Amino acid sequence: MLKELLYPFDPNHLLENKRKIKKQLLEEGASFVEKKIAILGGSTTAAIKQMMELFLLNNGIRPEFYESEYNKFYEDAVFDNEELKQFAPDIIYVCTSNRNITSYPQLNDDEETVNRLLETEYDKFHSVWTSLKERYGCPIIQNNFELPMYRLMGNREASDVHGKVHFIHELNNRFADYAQKNDNFYLCDLEYISADYGLKEWSDPFYFHMYKYAMNVNAIPYLSFNVANIIKSIFGKNKKGFVLDLDNTLWGGVIGDDGVEGIKVGPEEPEGQFYAEFQRYLKEHKQLGIILNIDSKNEYENAIAGLKHPDSELSEDDFIEIKANWDPKDRNFEEIARELDLLPESLVFVDDNPAERHIVTEQLKGVCAPELDVTQHFIQYLDRNGFFEVTTLSKDDLKRNEMYKENMERVKAQASFTDYKDYLLSLQMQGIIKPFEPMYYERISQLSNKSNQYNLTTRRYTVNDIEAMANDEKFITLYGKLLDRFGDNGLVTVTIGQLEGNDVCRITLWIMSCRVLKRDMEYAMMDKFVRRCKEKGIRTIIGDYYPTAKNAMVKEFYALHGFTKEAEDDGHTVWTLNVDDYMNKNEVIEVNDD
Amino acid sequence: MTREYVYQQMNRIFRNVFDDESIELHDETNAEDIEDWDSLEQINLIVAIENEFEMMFDMVEVAELANVGEMVDLILKKDSNE
Repeated sequence: MLKELLYPFDPNHLLENKRKIKKQLLEEGASFVEKKIAILGGSTTAAIKQMMELFLLNNGIRPEFYESEYNKFYEDAVFDNEELKQFAPDIIYVCTSNRNITSYPQLNDDEETVNRLLETEYDKFHSVWTSLKERYGCPIIQNNFELPMYRLMGNREASDVHGKVHFIHELNNRFADYAQKNDNFYLCDLEYISADYGLKEWSDPFYFHMYKYAMNVNAIPYLSFNVANIIKSIFGKNKKGFVLDLDNTLWGGVIGDDGVEGIKVGPEEPEGQFYAEFQRYLKEHKQLGIILNIDSKNEYENAIAGLKHPDSELSEDDFIEIKANWDPKDRNFEEIARELDLLPESLVFVDDNPAERHIVTEQLKGVCAPELDVTQHFIQYLDRNGFFEVTTLSKDDLKRNEMYKENMERVKAQASFTDYKDYLLSLQMQGIIKPFEPMYYERISQLSNKSNQYNLTTRRYTVNDIEAMANDEKFITLYGKLLDRFGDNGLVTVTIGQLEGNDVCRITLWIMSCRVLKRDMEYAMMDKFVRRCKEKGIRTIIGDYYPTAKNAMVKEFYALHGFTKEAEDDGHTVWTLNVDDYMNKNEVIEVNDD
Repeated sequence: MTREYVYQQMNRIFRNVFDDESIELHDETNAEDIEDWDSLEQINLIVAIENEFEMMFDMVEVAELANVGEMVDLILKKDSNE
């Protein structure tokens, strides 16, 4: 994780030093997932690709690219393309701009003609998407259009059906409509990104006429950053929460010195207004399932008193973990992550103090701590980083904060039991374990991309992959949901087995969310999985464990389930189970009987 | 701005862009002399040079450049016109 690739980055530095930075990222030795990305461009895309590569590497994704010939996005998409087929992309990015709009309305066109032009233009792109979906079945990222560089009619361009501004707005609305109705299709909001950069700089025609770039080359890092954020989100590499400082981060002043009356938050003066707005911004994240935690050097009572300030937008209840003490911040941070069963790097550290940011990012590799210079930049710097870029919004996401709260309740309940099994029984757990169903494809794909620790093979699947396996007789698929008396944990575990020959089934995926660790859910899953195997006439189950930097916790998974180790090669172990020898192991979860 | 200073900065930019510390620019250096110097890298060079010297080039000026020496002349001319 290189700081120079976080927002606010220096685009000139990145463009000039791209080769060096790439080398540095590769040398860092992080474990990368490899993804094939096809860029179908409507203009030159070389630098867009190079910048995407840096940002993706920084997110642990090592891309291999296919790049269409200059302005061949349409031909590449709608006609047979052996090279692209061989390439077998994981993601296709259609990088077009308003330079690819074929014809705009003329002032003397009647409304019908204008509508027809709109339809024609839209249909061109629609056929690109339909063809790509059919041929390659992978996620598609599509630019919408930036606004035009000039306005013939001035402000009337926005309201008159003949206006280019109006025309582009209409097209963008249709693009958005398609994105809303189609899974696996994501808009890259060029309209916003170009406005954010400054449209007249963005549209400087020098770069188009000299080099056929549809935008200012200096702006390219911002575009690539956005595309890379969409991609890392699709592959489950979003952050999951904030760890926040208090003094001079959530309010102005130091509560230990200034007292509750003295800290600045709320409508009374400008500084307080900034902090109140920042608190509202953070609080909005809860709707996305982003969790908020506190890591502050303070007396605990003072921290709570500050959150009880009458004008504070955030209250004690909005946080999952509150660490307010005098321990080093990196230690608190680590503990917060551990108690939440999350990796430290999935939490973003927000602290106004550069020294604290330094110690946390030095001690905990991979943790992001954006620069915060002046209060009025706090929102911009967090927001533009796209830590939580949303590509899917599942019901589980919306309920995530509730789930973490319930988990804290469970931890408390556990303290009152001496026998662990009694505790598990007291949870009154109910499992729902069934073959994949369409309503869960998205969540299943999401889980396969997010799970790192409780993951035997670390294979990642798109929604299309999941759907394909669900409908293939050669696969045994199971998802598991877990409910208990404190609430619904949602869909937390997935198993996929692939039939080999007549009576062998190989487990190709076994994952579980760490939030249900030590609940015996894995036993309930294995019981059901073996039963399904028996129904299909399977006699032997084979399981593989492929080690990664993160999945040591499941190294002995198969031993626990009564498998025998058959082979070991460089950490990769192979295990087998004779299904006739299997004894059901779950005694604490009541599971649906079908 | 002296010619030496411009060369010093240009050398740094070329070395960064091509990640090659051995590059030494001369008046006659052109795209033939540096392996990765194609039209796509050309734009990266122009952009980096514009940013370094805080100036904008005209499309026509850029199109006519034949080698590094002419580039340096152009930078010095623009600088003295300011």
